[in-house]
Amino acid sequence: MNQSKGNLAIGISAPIRKRTYFWGQIRRNKWLYGMLAPGVLYFLLFKYAPMWGLLLAFKDYQPFLGFFGSNWVGMKHFERLFHDPAFWMLLRNTLVLAGYNILFFFPAPILLSLMINEVRQDKLKRAIQTVIYIPHFVSWVVVVGIAYTFFTIDGGLVNEAIMAMGGEKINFLASAGWFRPMITLEVIWKETGWGTIIFLAALAGVDPQLYEAAKMDGAGRLRQLWNVTLPAIRSTIVILFILRLGSFLDTGFEQIFLMLNPINREVGEVFDTYVYTAGITQGQFSFSTAVGLFKSLVGFVLVISSNWLAKRFGEEGVY
Amino acid sequence: MNQKNRSWGTHLFDGLNLAILLVVSAVMIIPFIYIILISFATEQEVLSKSFLIFPTKFSLEGYRYIFSTPILLRSLAVTIGVTVIGTLVNLLLTVLMAYPLARKDLYGRRPVMLMVIFTMLFNAGIVPTFLIVKELHLTNTYWALIIPSAISAFNMIIIKNFFQQLPDGLEESAKIDGCNDLGILFRIVIPLSLPALATFSLFYAVTHWNTFLSAILYINDSKKWPIQVLLRQIVILSEKGLSDMNEAPPPPSKIINMAVIVFSTVPILSIYPFLQKHFAKGVLLGSVKG
Repeated sequence: MNQSKGNLAIGISAPIRKRTYFWGQIRRNKWLYGMLAPGVLYFLLFKYAPMWGLLLAFKDYQPFLGFFGSNWVGMKHFERLFHDPAFWMLLRNTLVLAGYNILFFFPAPILLSLMINEVRQDKLKRAIQTVIYIPHFVSWVVVVGIAYTFFTIDGGLVNEAIMAMGGEKINFLASAGWFRPMITLEVIWKETGWGTIIFLAALAGVDPQLYEAAKMDGAGRLRQLWNVTLPAIRSTIVILFILRLGSFLDTGFEQIFLMLNPINREVGEVFDTYVYTAGITQGQFSFSTAVGLFKSLVGFVLVISSNWLAKRFGEEGVY
Repeated sequence: MNQKNRSWGTHLFDGLNLAILLVVSAVMIIPFIYIILISFATEQEVLSKSFLIFPTKFSLEGYRYIFSTPILLRSLAVTIGVTVIGTLVNLLLTVLMAYPLARKDLYGRRPVMLMVIFTMLFNAGIVPTFLIVKELHLTNTYWALIIPSAISAFNMIIIKNFFQQLPDGLEESAKIDGCNDLGILFRIVIPLSLPALATFSLFYAVTHWNTFLSAILYINDSKKWPIQVLLRQIVILSEKGLSDMNEAPPPPSKIINMAVIVFSTVPILSIYPFLQKHFAKGVLLGSVKG
């Protein structure tokens, strides 16, 4: 019946025992397996079947020949990829935007939650939290729409204010120089508040006795922050940092797609938007699959290695 | 050093901290207030005053325009439909998958979990997924906006962890009373998890409401566009004209833009206060343990 008994039975009967054990399990938990089935089917169909579809990167996909009928071309698309100046532009843009993200966006929720944590009045604290979560719930279309309203050169509030103060209008939306700062500012505006949730929870778990002890030792507020609060959320910071590194190349399709225009394309086009344009709208399925595969592989290596690093440094890691 | 000095420093610290936080909160909320205000302004006032913050005349011009064309109402209906049905599908499939995986004694649980986790680390990208959706003849149907994102691996794992924390005794006693696993899930486990499930229904609903990428990938027929795609046409592309719209409304003015943003955002934001008290807890229930 149970596993230990099955292990004890040696010799010829073992495989048979194992098989009946398997079917016995299935029959006994038929409801559970029945519940599991749609989910497993979903993952196979929409997550694993596309992985099989990655083989397109090594074929010349012709819609009328279909997936199986198209010819194998080996590494042709990858060779083209690495010789294409566009590829290096994509790599550079993706890396720079991702770097901006880590440098400016990643610390923002940590800083904000440390500040919120210092607020003593509970009602005020909750009110601030409620307000700062809101931008997370609106779509990128709305965020970019709002950015357009504020930053456009014809009648945008920001440019009107610059003019009123005697400055020159700045074309924030259609210039290469402003593209990256705009993208990063939008991300910070939309997601910083939401990002505080997890840090605030970690902060709420800090033992108040530690603060008492620090106070006894004569630590002021800043000193307490440094010696009690920060160490308390260190592991949360590390885990979130790994997660961020793991999705380092995910610059976010929607936002960038919406902010792109012919003037900023040179600094704004990233892997995600390029795969969409070349693959879906221009029908270069195989080539853009190769671009996507490159991105996914690099991302995968980044997750695995950053998790390994975290474990080396004595943190729990993500998995 | 001395008590007086320290308390003065503390007050300064608190005061500065609060001041900065209030400014941050204002930055987060003022754009919304501004957009709502301008959406009720008159066209004339917007055109005549360059630096308009508080409109002096109240008008419904912008909203009247929205309700005068069937286009916006139709895409709002599409969005509402996809959001409601999509969220129900999400919840049902996620819960059905999470519950068996929460049963530690289930044979084969580990490989299934690994299969799910792997999809969080590696994904095939949009082109192969697009081709699968096409092969399944889902393109240009509303199902294309629902089925390819039926389960979020991340949400599923958090709900699974939540289920694991429920006491085992409940299930056993239900089993003795002759309940099968499906009965246990729907009569005992789900009612006990309502606050957590409310949180995830908000997350799923927001995703559906804000869906843009799947719509531009899978829906070519502009009559089936959800509101976000239309919003982009009107608000973001207005400067470049609306050439790729079949039934182009006249070039929209600023107040119409604002009204459209409000119109497409208010419904989803109005759910938020009802669920807000749950979600911080809901998010953390499972995520702490990963």
